[in-house]
Amino acid sequence: MSTYVLPFEKPILELEKKMAELRTFSEDQDIDMKSEVERIEHKILETKQKIYSGMTPWQKVQMARHPLRPYTRDYINLITTDFTELHGDRLYRDDRAIIGGVARFQGRPVMIIGTQKGRDTKSNLECNFGCPYPEGYRKALRLMKMADKFGMPILSLIDTPGAYPGLESEERHVAEAIAVNLRESFLFKVPFISVVIGEGGSGGALGIGVSNRILILEHAYYSVISPEGCAAILWKDRAYADKAAENLKITAQDLTNNGIADDIISEPLGGAHHDPEATAKNLAECVSKHLAQLDAMTVEERIQDRYDKFRAMGVFEEQAEEA
Amino acid sequence: MSSFFSRRLGFTRTRKKDIPKGVFTKCPSCGEMLSQADLEKNLFVCRACGYHFPMDRVSRVEMLTDPDTFEEWDGGMMSKDPLKFTGTDSYEAKLKSNQEKTGFKDAVSTGHAKLEGRAIGLGVMDFSFLAASMGSVVGEKITRLIEKSTERDLPVVLVCTSGGARMYEGMFSLMQMAKTSGALARHAQAGLPYIPILTHPTTAGVMASFATLGDVILAEPQALIGFAGPRVIKETTLQDLPEGFQRSEFLKDKGLIDRVVPRGELRKTVANLLDVYMDAREV
Repeated sequence: MSTYVLPFEKPILELEKKMAELRTFSEDQDIDMKSEVERIEHKILETKQKIYSGMTPWQKVQMARHPLRPYTRDYINLITTDFTELHGDRLYRDDRAIIGGVARFQGRPVMIIGTQKGRDTKSNLECNFGCPYPEGYRKALRLMKMADKFGMPILSLIDTPGAYPGLESEERHVAEAIAVNLRESFLFKVPFISVVIGEGGSGGALGIGVSNRILILEHAYYSVISPEGCAAILWKDRAYADKAAENLKITAQDLTNNGIADDIISEPLGGAHHDPEATAKNLAECVSKHLAQLDAMTVEERIQDRYDKFRAMGVFEEQAEEA
Repeated sequence: MSSFFSRRLGFTRTRKKDIPKGVFTKCPSCGEMLSQADLEKNLFVCRACGYHFPMDRVSRVEMLTDPDTFEEWDGGMMSKDPLKFTGTDSYEAKLKSNQEKTGFKDAVSTGHAKLEGRAIGLGVMDFSFLAASMGSVVGEKITRLIEKSTERDLPVVLVCTSGGARMYEGMFSLMQMAKTSGALARHAQAGLPYIPILTHPTTAGVMASFATLGDVILAEPQALIGFAGPRVIKETTLQDLPEGFQRSEFLKDKGLIDRVVPRGELRKTVANLLDVYMDAREV
């Protein structure tokens, strides 16, 4: 199904091409080349395993941005039933870069929200390439507060390059919209789980991510700045994005090691888009596991759990003050 | 005298580096020649046109507190290099040179003091230290400032400035936004007032957390205040930006900032506001 090949996937494509040729040749000439086909099939699998298990941080960023990767709405359709989308922030307009609504997850009512990317020019223009305006964050807050009112767990799916850096965004105070979401998220009584499914773009991701658990797909990333942006500032050249990606420690594996993310959701060989159903199943299982843990807590424990989680983040040392 | 004030020297060095040599400084806005003594006396504001020069953190603390009442918290806290950032200037080297330049360990100083006799929690960020970028130390010190103020029933006043996240600390840096906002949620629940004062420039992660969560948001005149920097906005959107975009006055018109307050009136404005809010709690 994958018709979009990332640069580092080319060796796989070459082999697949070779095998297709071999098969055609074998059929045309009516020659049995079974053993040769098997040999190449094995080689393809080996190459795939080697490439996908040894991806560099920068390759993971490309995978996280893969245009065929399942997006928020795909996961909503795959892991919930009875999804009813709710629109608007009741202040300005409906931002299509953040979608949300009520649904049933494994039969129970939940509020599900997430940043939404587009598949083509038309849908990308509609959802602004997954970059929310302030009204997106205000809609998310409205829905999260509603969830808290009705005792529904909140599930947020994160996949955004970041909040939109534009004139209107500033005029309507995107920074304030994000800040308020951060503060209010600490007060929710209900279980709150966020899942980084693709790109975790800085404050624009955190705006719907102050949760009890931060889960992340195997090839997703979460970063304080895009690797290109970091490279432009520190190396004065965006071409150093691979260096920046390495240094920023943004992969699911690094984030779990550093205590930022709580759990990694595995993806099928070649990435989530090779089998969205299987990925969604893994995602649902992981969410379900953590939801059970949060269900077992009292409201006070859950609020404290969320506070303690972020309170513990940061690395520093303390010296006695010199007199 | 506490070690906080003894480090004023660090600032004098910074100022000499940043400001052209000589006793006189030319105002970048109107060209007026200002003597160093004049500048200091006038809180680093041009007496001719009102241009606000950068102000060091010791002078800020003096301006906003009663004499000899400021006691610093966590002055010895230092950043580490959790990601072992390499490939460009090392983070450790940057920290060291900025510590030497400023005389301080990181980009914020926090503590408690009295303002017109009232006890307050006070934080002052300092742009001359790595553009006052927010890493673990900035986040932790501000969080402790807010938590301790909540425990002691103190209002919080926080002079903000920042170029954004401390990239060298990666996601640890981003998460300081959440940490500080969480502490403010509890401070607010205790019914305590919080007043951020936005100074030139206040942007990015600091804007998207504690800088915009004030009960009252004050700003100095003409400060650049925003989420994304104007250059990023221009490059991303190819939009023409209107005159005065992202300046204090613009943001007051657009409804974000409560009041634009010239530096000379900040002390009185903050003291009066705290009087009203703290008195209201006692009724």
